[in-house]
Amino acid sequence: MSGEDVAVVGLGIHQFGRHDGVTGLEMGAIAARRALASAGITWQDIDFAAGGSDAAGNADTSVSMLGLTGVPFINVKNGCATGGTALTTAHAMLVSGAAEVALVVGFDKHPRGAFNPLPQEWGIGSWYGETGLMLTTQFFALKIQRYMADYGITPSTLAKVASKAFANGALNENAWRRSPLGEEQILSSRMVNHPLTQYMFCSPGEGAVALVLARGLRIKDLTRTPVYLRSVAFRTRRFGSFEVFSPSIPIESAPSATTEAAALAFEEAGIEPGDIDIAQIQDTESGAEVMHLAETGLCEHGEQESLIQSGATELGGRLPINTDGGCLACGEPIGASGLRQVHEIALQLRGEAGDRQVPRECRVGFTQVYGAPGVSACTVLTV
Amino acid sequence: MTETRPLQMIDAGVIGGTEQEPRLIGSECAVCGTVTFPRQQSCPRCTSEDVHERELATRGTLWSWTVQCFAPKAPPYLPGGVEEFEPYGVGYIELPGEVRVEARLTESDPERLRIGMPMALTLIPVPGAGDTLTFAFEPVTEEEA
Repeated sequence: MSGEDVAVVGLGIHQFGRHDGVTGLEMGAIAARRALASAGITWQDIDFAAGGSDAAGNADTSVSMLGLTGVPFINVKNGCATGGTALTTAHAMLVSGAAEVALVVGFDKHPRGAFNPLPQEWGIGSWYGETGLMLTTQFFALKIQRYMADYGITPSTLAKVASKAFANGALNENAWRRSPLGEEQILSSRMVNHPLTQYMFCSPGEGAVALVLARGLRIKDLTRTPVYLRSVAFRTRRFGSFEVFSPSIPIESAPSATTEAAALAFEEAGIEPGDIDIAQIQDTESGAEVMHLAETGLCEHGEQESLIQSGATELGGRLPINTDGGCLACGEPIGASGLRQVHEIALQLRGEAGDRQVPRECRVGFTQVYGAPGVSACTVLTV
Repeated sequence: MTETRPLQMIDAGVIGGTEQEPRLIGSECAVCGTVTFPRQQSCPRCTSEDVHERELATRGTLWSWTVQCFAPKAPPYLPGGVEEFEPYGVGYIELPGEVRVEARLTESDPERLRIGMPMALTLIPVPGAGDTLTFAFEPVTEEEA
């Protein structure tokens, strides 16, 4: 490995779920202290930080809890891709040599029920919300409905994605939903947006994740088990891609932000999708995991039906996906989810995932996070 | 004898025409021909600012659909809309050669919605806003299409 390598050297997480009496910022600070402790350093050793939340405050204000060291701390806010953006920022600072040891943190705390974003904040008139179209759940339903018709994906496969998530979540002490649910229970639960039922959707929740990253010679100083961040790629949408909060979409179609970010992440890492042993894929709902599997290049469009039905994406399968339960079992604290994915891959590659450790050697991992209004960040990680 | 009462569209920049014959207002790029909805000041495809207003076709086909089964939160929905909530259909309607427009559907029975069915533009009351109208698409027979 060269002096320009960047590696994850510290991991910290605050349990996902509901935590009355604890603010999002406090959860972020707790996760940050855990990440620092796992790297054997203190906040004073950090020379760059980046972080964000969607709804729980400015990440940089956590310096008042962590310590006023004068560290440059950049706040990021990119919808569900906030964590991926924080990682992109820190990675760039490390690669450029502007920092040696960086901390990234993502946290959030959302009220119960669906998100209620305001159209004006997303460049759309208030008519869109008043007409009843400003809902992320609708977008996911409309996208998977068309996709199922185009590629022959069945409702049973949507249910299998969710039952896998809850089975994995049951093994994860930091997950929110820890009860396994069967395919039938999932299919017969309340319809939310056809074809997606209640248990096929994640719920807005609370939680925090922090990672310590180091570059070059500092890596081996801080850990015996580095997980190399081989690439991180971040993209916004192109004309023709079908993204959330779109009053119209062009008839001419184009690859999604995820497709482009994933291709770039693989190219920069010099690794092919077929080399991936394990992946964390944005599963805002079951359909998202199905579609993102193909958009990232981990399988062909339409192949998901046989792949998922065969159990290939389960813990013991050929390509385990969302081994920590994903958004479906962990919930969706927007700022935290992208970093949770990297946290899980790092644990798995280090062989420290406990009850949910994948039962075969994994050396190459991948993450993909997607957010409104069409942003995606992907990483390739290796040991 | 009777005055035509002024239309109360939810947004006059989005819906034009008359109450009887409404039209959605989009835009068309003079350089690459891309059609957008709602209208934009510049072209999202080629970035040209040479863009002019265009009334969109009133008929198309259903490209995808869902049924909204829970009441949206207010805001951005109106409080009255939450009170009178009934599940409603939502879809993208492909207007041939133009663009796919997202809209409420007048049909909310999943058994009566299918991809590819012909649809036509209509107006419906804004949920929770009295006389104000917003746009929707309704299923039409093959002959009507």
